[in-house]
Amino acid sequence: MIALTTLAAEGRWFDNPIIQQAVPTAIWETLAMTVVAGILTALLGIPLGVLLFTTSPGGTAPSAFLNRAVGAVVNIGRSLPFLILMISIIPFTRLVVGTSIGWQAAVVPLTVGAIPFYARLVETSLREVSAGKVEAVTMMGASRGEITRKVLLPEARSGLVAGLTTTVIALIGYTAMAGAVGGGGLGAVAMSYGYNRFESDVMIVCVVLLVVIVTIVQVIGDLVARRLDRR
Amino acid sequence: MTETPPLLRLSGLRKEFPSSRGPVVALEDITLSIARGSIHGIVGRSGAGKSTLIRCLTGLERPTAGTVDLDGTDIPALTGDELRAVRRRFGMVFQHANLLDSRSAADNIALPLEIAGWSAGERRARVAELLDLVGLTDRADNHPGQLSGGQQQRVGIARALATRPDILLCDEPTSALDAATTRQILGLLRDLRERLGITVVIITHEPSVVREVCDTVTLLADGTVVETGAISDVVADATGQLHRDLVPLPPLPLEHDGGYVEVALGDARSGTTSVDAVLALLREGGVPAEVAAATLETIGGRRVGRIQLEVDPTRTQEAVRLLQAAHLSPEVAA
Ligand SMILES: Nc1ncnc2c1ncn2[C@@H]1O[C@H](COP(=O)(O)OP(=O)(O)O)[C@@H](O)[C@H]1O
Ligand SMILES: [Mg+2]
Repeated sequence: MIALTTLAAEGRWFDNPIIQQAVPTAIWETLAMTVVAGILTALLGIPLGVLLFTTSPGGTAPSAFLNRAVGAVVNIGRSLPFLILMISIIPFTRLVVGTSIGWQAAVVPLTVGAIPFYARLVETSLREVSAGKVEAVTMMGASRGEITRKVLLPEARSGLVAGLTTTVIALIGYTAMAGAVGGGGLGAVAMSYGYNRFESDVMIVCVVLLVVIVTIVQVIGDLVARRLDRR
Repeated sequence: MTETPPLLRLSGLRKEFPSSRGPVVALEDITLSIARGSIHGIVGRSGAGKSTLIRCLTGLERPTAGTVDLDGTDIPALTGDELRAVRRRFGMVFQHANLLDSRSAADNIALPLEIAGWSAGERRARVAELLDLVGLTDRADNHPGQLSGGQQQRVGIARALATRPDILLCDEPTSALDAATTRQILGLLRDLRERLGITVVIITHEPSVVREVCDTVTLLADGTVVETGAISDVVADATGQLHRDLVPLPPLPLEHDGGYVEVALGDARSGTTSVDAVLALLREGGVPAEVAAATLETIGGRRVGRIQLEVDPTRTQEAVRLLQAAHLSPEVAA
């Protein structure tokens, strides 16, 4: 805070060439990582969450074996520290992206880490759809697929969006971590200039920008979730 | 009732649920039939097995033993596509309408049609027809949250009727509604039976629902059939539980010194519906009585009633004998 006011008083704010050159690229990289990983997480996490719910004892296709197997994988994915995950899947990342450095490469561990997290949130949202609605539509002669597409997902959509908001915000936190080990983005800039070279104005700008991005995601997520909730 | 074969016939139906302390028997040896075009009530306390019975009818639950015969089809024997197809012959109405909040009233009604594979054009025409049938044309675009409980239940009924089922199954359709709305919904069900000739099964714990709309009724207790038959017959059986449930009297005063005798009127034994005749009979026998409470109404086209008489507490047995001699069905109330 003191550094901030001093800088502002001396009119040196934004004069720092790092802020003028590195930060705009870093913003773009952070957004790219978050958006791409967020979209992939939604695309893969929803089916996984559906599988977790439908195979559970109260679900539409109970299967104790499948439920336990998928549940175990998800739990391992969730309990693995992100840094360890990121390093341990480097070979896989190389296979998919061709490199293990840069924001494109960071997307892989980010997505792998976020999928199990989001899948559990999806499962919880689906569980909140009342059994009576599922029974009503089952009585119409609906198949399991129709029940998922016409009842579970539409009725849970507000919760799915709220869960995705939480997941994306967690992803933004992870992008900063990914940045510290070669993934680029605001985290990398904050780390290499702000922390390692004591350029605290760079650090502050990066942190403020991250806070702004998180806030925007939260506000939009809340808005959409509320619009979708017709109860 | 007419002599056409019943639409639905259950026989020897049994349902056990496994539990950690051995199987729980929810239904035991249920045998009953429901005539085409009738309104059949299934009554019983909570836990009697009413919902389990309905779930066995529709194949949501597989009975442990017994048959459910719908027009020659044994429902428990069906699986997969056949089971899904037979479910379209039932329209299901629930206590809490169970509408989808993500859809408007019209789209909720269209859902069973989508599942049955109707084209968009056919769906639109049918939904308009159904909204008109339940009097909600102006509410087509409202979401369930914007509708009252009664309106939601109307949408639920329209949805249940969408694919032109043979049977409308209603599980406690009015239990969440106030008295006035209950009457509207029951009126609608009766009206639908007249106009569409549909068979209606209503599960309820409210005797008033049975009194108002049912032609036939089954009383369940602890998973077994206690009584079943035409309303006019069950109310005429002064010894039956349904007679007491359907022709209720207020409870006795909390503190009393005896001297209360209850008598059925218009039952199969005596036939009389005259309170004066009963009072005169006792007066002439030397045991004057006063009416403490009385119910007299027309149920299933039959005038039936019950009166609560207050007599000298030392002479209740004498009053009972006098009434029995006149072929009435008295009992000492306590
Ligand atoms: N899925 C189930 N598992 C175990 N017991 C059940 C299940 N469904 C119902 N029962 C039991 O069966 C009995 C009848 O229940 P139900 O049919 O819901 O009664 P009602 O609808 O008349 O209130 C109850 O004792 C209930 O506990
Ligand atoms: Mg019930």
